[in-house]
Amino acid sequence: MAASAGAGNATRGNAQGAAGAVGSGKGGSGGGTLSSALFYVFLFLFVLVSVAPLLWVFKMSIVQKSEVTATPPTILPQSFTGQSYSTIFSDASFQKALINSIIIAGVTTVVCLFFGAIAAYAIARLRFNFKNLVMTLILAISFFPAVAIIAPLFIQFRAIGLINTYWSAIIADTVFALPLTIWILVSFFKELPPDLEEAAKIDGATTLQAFRKVIVPLAAPGVFTTAILTFIFAWNEFLFAATFLYEESVQPVTVRIPNFATVYTVDYGAQAAAAVVVTVPLVILVLIFQRRIVSGLTAGAVKG
Amino acid sequence: MAEVTLEDVNKVYSGNVVAVRDMNLDIQDGEFIVFVGPSGCGKSTALRMIAGLEDISSGKVFIGDNIVNDLQPRERDIAMVFQNYALYPHMNVRENMGFALKLRKMDKGEIDRRVNEAAKILSIERFLDRKPKALSGGQRQRVALGRAIVREPKAFLMDEPLSNLDAKLRVQMRTEIGKLHNRIGVTTIYVTHDQTEAMTMADRIVVLKDGIVQQIASPQQMYDTPKNIFVAGFIGSPAMNFIRAHLERENGGYVAAFGSTRIKLTREAIGEHPDVGEYVNREVIVGIRPEHIEDARLVEITSDSDCVQVTPQVIESMGSEKYVYFSVDRELAAHTKSMEDMTAVGADGGGSTDDFGDLMVARISPESTVREGEQVKMAVEASKIHLFDPETEQAIL
Repeated sequence: MAASAGAGNATRGNAQGAAGAVGSGKGGSGGGTLSSALFYVFLFLFVLVSVAPLLWVFKMSIVQKSEVTATPPTILPQSFTGQSYSTIFSDASFQKALINSIIIAGVTTVVCLFFGAIAAYAIARLRFNFKNLVMTLILAISFFPAVAIIAPLFIQFRAIGLINTYWSAIIADTVFALPLTIWILVSFFKELPPDLEEAAKIDGATTLQAFRKVIVPLAAPGVFTTAILTFIFAWNEFLFAATFLYEESVQPVTVRIPNFATVYTVDYGAQAAAAVVVTVPLVILVLIFQRRIVSGLTAGAVKG
Repeated sequence: MAEVTLEDVNKVYSGNVVAVRDMNLDIQDGEFIVFVGPSGCGKSTALRMIAGLEDISSGKVFIGDNIVNDLQPRERDIAMVFQNYALYPHMNVRENMGFALKLRKMDKGEIDRRVNEAAKILSIERFLDRKPKALSGGQRQRVALGRAIVREPKAFLMDEPLSNLDAKLRVQMRTEIGKLHNRIGVTTIYVTHDQTEAMTMADRIVVLKDGIVQQIASPQQMYDTPKNIFVAGFIGSPAMNFIRAHLERENGGYVAAFGSTRIKLTREAIGEHPDVGEYVNREVIVGIRPEHIEDARLVEITSDSDCVQVTPQVIESMGSEKYVYFSVDRELAAHTKSMEDMTAVGADGGGSTDDFGDLMVARISPESTVREGEQVKMAVEASKIHLFDPETEQAIL
């Protein structure tokens, strides 16, 4: 769900680029009205395609059960009910799953930021050989198909008793989120003038103090952006959680949602409502911090 | 406060790039020392080694009686002012200035007292609660100085602190830094590429080129008796003129001859430099400062042979004086490696303003009536000329 919302944002970004191109083409052609009309038509189509799944799920979550499975399906909702939402919120296991998600995503974020910030600072500041190779290796980790390592990880985790604990998901999520964290933070740290740390060191700070009291506060916007991106990644993670956490009490929402099924029927409405509840906070988060997140993703790409 | 001593200090980067070579320097307690030289001459590297921001490849650096080679910057008890101020953007002025004291866990009342006192000295009391971004360049520089002062360190290190300021502010801050130094008397090492800053502020100047110390002397000594062509051309504005000449013996004395000009070397000058004789019948480079050339009509001429016939190409009237630019015969124009370096410095906005390439310049009295394009006789003050060996570029006298 969040992925589709993200795609929606990306589309908007592209559309803005297109708008610029159209605008610049205006003066010469004289077909300004037509091209700008076309622009809005395509813009609308793009947004519709990206947002449609989310809207559809939202529709499913607010209509009555009979309409969910109606043939042919209705485009616009015909009946309204809060039934699906009351189902999920009265379901203790869903609430527990939400809390599990928050814990797993939250701890993953903190762990990633801690190790990511230290590693990124070292990479950004220290002079050493093969720096690019190190960066490439870090990136290569995230190229690994998760499926390929999931079986060995399962065996290892079982051997040390981590299966069905939050840590199994947190560790696996951290492995895959850390490269992104490091890459974004490196570009943020590189943008801070080294003079500031030198000034701090001369002022009597140890390297760690200079990092904590000067660098981290200055890199706060970057650290914050990275935190949001990491949190979203961990929040949306499904594969590791579904594999390592098979006891209901520790499962995050991504794993719980498909289980809104009774023995005889699947409650699609409740699943849709759960999906909306899980997605909306992320969409709000992204919308609020959109500008910062974009700057985080492109930091260092262009010198301001 | 303390002496700072450098003993055979070298900085070699990987790949055998030598940034500083065999630097020896004794800085007295309370002295104001300026490292000056063109960009890439190693002056900043030398300063950063003293600060502890660069490793010392070999040699020893002492601050006070201690060898500081292996000490961290924070253990050296020095304060530094950076070219781009390096104020902490997330702290206000008061926090910026108090940061070092806070790290030392100094009593809060004492921190306030010192910050307020420094703010008063620098007249930045009004800005104490502002963030750096709300300050102008000059104010930021004052804060940076304030951050150094409150420390009451053993030495101040300043790395081109004025080069981000506009010309007028630079002159003003130059005076203020001078006043500040007189007032608190802390040993100061100041790095600049601007020879004017060096001349006006320094107790002693260290001229560096290609990582090698060229000369260490007081501004006046440096100006009067430069040790080589580089120093001679670098210090002073407009820069010294250089002409190829032939050294000859005449009537028991020596003359430097070029064109129809024969400048007699004065007895006093030779007395101090007995090896002049070795250069008889050899080529030498004559160095003449612009102020030692004057419109011949305005001075008493002892002998016509001390004069040069020139045709002014450009005359710049400064009010208090006139700059007359003229060219000399091509074969007389002196070119050495270090002169090319100096031209590069001039283009860099540094000391010498020799925008006219091969042109010579004379700084003459405003009363002179010379005109562009009209040939005129210029008198050279023979006792003030410099002679250099064209090969080694070292001063002969």
